[in-house]
Amino acid sequence: MLKNLLIIIFSIFLLTYNANASSDGELKLQKDDQPKEIKDCFEKLNRATFSFNQGLDKVIIKPIAKGYRKLPDPIQRGTSNAVNNLSTLITIPNNILQGDVKTAIINTGRLVINTTVGLLGTIDVANKMGFPKYEKEDYGQTLGAWGFGPGCYVVLPVLGPSTIRDTSGSFANVLGGDPWYNASVHGNNEFLSERVYLTSKALSGVDFRANNLESFDNLETNSIDFYASVRSLYLQDRENKIKNNQRGNIEVLYNDEQDWEEIDNK
Amino acid sequence: MRKIIIILLFFNLGYGKAYSIEPDIFVQSTVNRASQILSKNISKEQKINELKSVAKETVDIKGVGIYSLGSARKSLNDSQKTKYFELFENYFLKSFSSRLSEYTNPKIEVQGKKVLNKNYTIVNSLLIATSDRPEVKIDWRVYTKNPDSPLIRDLIIEGLSLARTQKEEFASILNSSKGDINTLFETLEEFSNN
Repeated sequence: MLKNLLIIIFSIFLLTYNANASSDGELKLQKDDQPKEIKDCFEKLNRATFSFNQGLDKVIIKPIAKGYRKLPDPIQRGTSNAVNNLSTLITIPNNILQGDVKTAIINTGRLVINTTVGLLGTIDVANKMGFPKYEKEDYGQTLGAWGFGPGCYVVLPVLGPSTIRDTSGSFANVLGGDPWYNASVHGNNEFLSERVYLTSKALSGVDFRANNLESFDNLETNSIDFYASVRSLYLQDRENKIKNNQRGNIEVLYNDEQDWEEIDNK
Repeated sequence: MRKIIIILLFFNLGYGKAYSIEPDIFVQSTVNRASQILSKNISKEQKINELKSVAKETVDIKGVGIYSLGSARKSLNDSQKTKYFELFENYFLKSFSSRLSEYTNPKIEVQGKKVLNKNYTIVNSLLIATSDRPEVKIDWRVYTKNPDSPLIRDLIIEGLSLARTQKEEFASILNSSKGDINTLFETLEEFSNN
């Protein structure tokens, strides 16, 4: 109870700080509310954490991801599908919070089918049945959709890039917003435990890393400031996800024409 | 004689008129060229050199360079500009070609285009999935101010703009050196020489 209270207080503090950061010019908002410049308020600390994470990745995460890639295809695909299926438990409430009831209903159908017919989510039966492409949603995206700016960029130990808004959003998961967390950690059953929850999160991370082995290496080799590249890509990705650009909303993605136009007028 | 005059007239007209190239056709032909190079049985070094030639013809390297500088472009003097463009071209060609050279025989299908304005068209394409990787959406920002000679200015991979990433990288280097352009020059030079 005390733990939850502390998390709530900390989240409110972060969001308040975020609002202040926005208003004092650290986060510049344009007419269309699209963030154009984000101040890296904790850059020194972030760079140190980034280096720590890189070391951790080199010694532990990358070797595990490489080993994972050597597993038979059905095992990799099954794991990937299962962790994706678990993520729908967070996506559905966020669909509703963003007012997208239709997608919430579709995702509920997907969850039911994949968990039952798809053997605990290891087989993506819904996809084979022609359900629309699954897009993850989380509480950070919902805060973004509600108008909260990203605030300062932060690099979290082990977890990697985030923003004040996204970190605040992720606290919602442990405050009752993630049914999988609730069932595992607070549920009264013999099959689930905190260890099962943490294992599922670790598998999700390894699956993501394994799917991006070459692209990360390529990015690192071809970056003159790898930290800045990762920051830029993370922030662009979040911006796209909040505006649902992955659903083909091309007009939103390319409305930032000012800079390109300016160089043409030179 | 009349026939000769007509033939000459047509010949003349054909040469006199410049034909505009549709951005989607331009992108498809560019990726086909790159794909051919990548599927050749030649060394990685040779592939990189051939890719560089394609990039020189099809990418507006100077335009991308100006964009990547962000607001710092306004404070450069002429000699700094000349030095920057030279360093940027070397950096860009190395970075671009070594990124691409990792792929073997990639299949890219152009799927459509959207004209943003008279200067820009976005061409949508799809890098077809293989057993090792899923399909990847790639959009191309094509500069069409001169319709006879369109040029690529940005690649947007799954919604992530390479030009914007590069611009933010340059800004970070400039910020950490309190705006000293020479630090950026040194970094670009170091990257190209390694």
